[in-house]
Amino acid sequence: MSSGEKYVAAAYGVFLVFVLFWVVIISTKLARLERETGELARLARARVAAGEPTDG
Amino acid sequence: MSAYLADVAALARKDLRLELRARDTLPAMLLFVLATLVVFHFALPADVGDDPAYGLLWVALVFTSLLGLARAWVPEREAGALDGLVLAPTDRSAIWLGKTIASLAFLGAAEVVALPAFVLFFAPLDGPALAGVVLASLGICAVGSLVSAMAAASRGREVLLPLIFLPLAIPIVVGGVGASISEEPSKFLAFLGLYDAVFAILSWAAFEYVVTE
Amino acid sequence: MSMKTPSLTVIASGAATLAAVAVVMIFFVAPEDADQGLSQKIFYVHVPIALTAYACFGLAAWKAFRLLTTRGERYDLESYTGVHQGTIFGALTLVTGSIWAKASWGVWWTWSSNQLVLFLVLFLFYCAYFMLRFSIEAGPRRERISAVYALFGVALVPVSFLAIRLASDFIHPTVFTRDGPQMTGEMFAAFCASWASITLLAYVMYRVELAGKRTDANLRELREALAS
Repeated sequence: MSSGEKYVAAAYGVFLVFVLFWVVIISTKLARLERETGELARLARARVAAGEPTDG
Repeated sequence: MSAYLADVAALARKDLRLELRARDTLPAMLLFVLATLVVFHFALPADVGDDPAYGLLWVALVFTSLLGLARAWVPEREAGALDGLVLAPTDRSAIWLGKTIASLAFLGAAEVVALPAFVLFFAPLDGPALAGVVLASLGICAVGSLVSAMAAASRGREVLLPLIFLPLAIPIVVGGVGASISEEPSKFLAFLGLYDAVFAILSWAAFEYVVTE
Repeated sequence: MSMKTPSLTVIASGAATLAAVAVVMIFFVAPEDADQGLSQKIFYVHVPIALTAYACFGLAAWKAFRLLTTRGERYDLESYTGVHQGTIFGALTLVTGSIWAKASWGVWWTWSSNQLVLFLVLFLFYCAYFMLRFSIEAGPRRERISAVYALFGVALVPVSFLAIRLASDFIHPTVFTRDGPQMTGEMFAAFCASWASITLLAYVMYRVELAGKRTDANLRELREALAS
């Protein structure tokens, strides 16, 4: 590849990498949110089962 | 309107009187700017000419004003007085204006020492350069009073103020250095005037949002 | 998702389609620039990214303004997300700009390219936004201070543009002159396609990011409620 082609590839490649990096970060966040909602759902279920009112 | 201006004058006078009694900020600023200029002499190689010196003058002015601005809200904070001022039946923006005028007085005093020292150590300052200093000082104090109030609300206050002030100060430095060394200083002076107008109005309008709980 | 704007699926599909169209146009339709050769193609990705960064900061400032004037709860996170996205695209602008500088002029950085320099200033400014935000206790005070700061940022943008015009810059090529683009019709079309797709992509990212932040905040509230 000529040097011109390398730089063009680098520029577009960097863009792709940034976006993919963002995907990684946001999916990590989503996984954490999923875990936390699961925990809270379990807590709420336990509360309901024990007959206590869950805060509305 | 006159009540507003009376409030502003009272607030500015209070700051000046406090400083005259305590005498901690202004001497520090004076000494700091002189020491900085001396450091710059050793930082500049012998054969660079005058232009780099003008750049460094602006660095010295910005950092000296940071020193003053860092202490700008300390009297209020220590006495718990800022909440009192905010609750008082005065337009909150008057607090900002009073503080800006007081800061301007302090910065001006520092410049009265710094500018002759600069001319003595480095290079002459012509009319446009001095006009640049005046306009830049207005901008620095207008923005600085607001930004320093923001920093005062945070946990990491001393560290935070330079971080949030410096990017805003960069156009001021561009205008000031341009006024000092360019062939056409008038457009840089006009730019400084525009900066002052835009950011003074913004700071004046936004101040109450920064200080109310 | 609000009922007024088209669904996120539609927008994301649009972004993907336009991206495909843009790539085809950039590499197969638009002619090669006579002066710069192949490296001119970087323009099609660098400039839309820069414009998108500005748009994100503008959006953040608009939401900040709404927060200060209407006290609506939602605007704080929307403004924060705008700054977040703008900073990502801002960093991208600096990196692609640096690559373009290397391709065009042989240096990774040049202070004489005022556009690059002033984007650096903006990037520094918005990085400080995060420092400011993280050092204040959560609550209405933090929301208001963040909003004021975001508004100051957007005032800094035109001031930056002025500084570019003032200090005359003859190295960084300004493609759009006052009379119109100095480029062929095909190049302009390719640019528009690229710009549209990157803008839509940024919007999708903004919505996803915002949903994440909102869910986080809701979860925190839920947790506190259930723990009591």
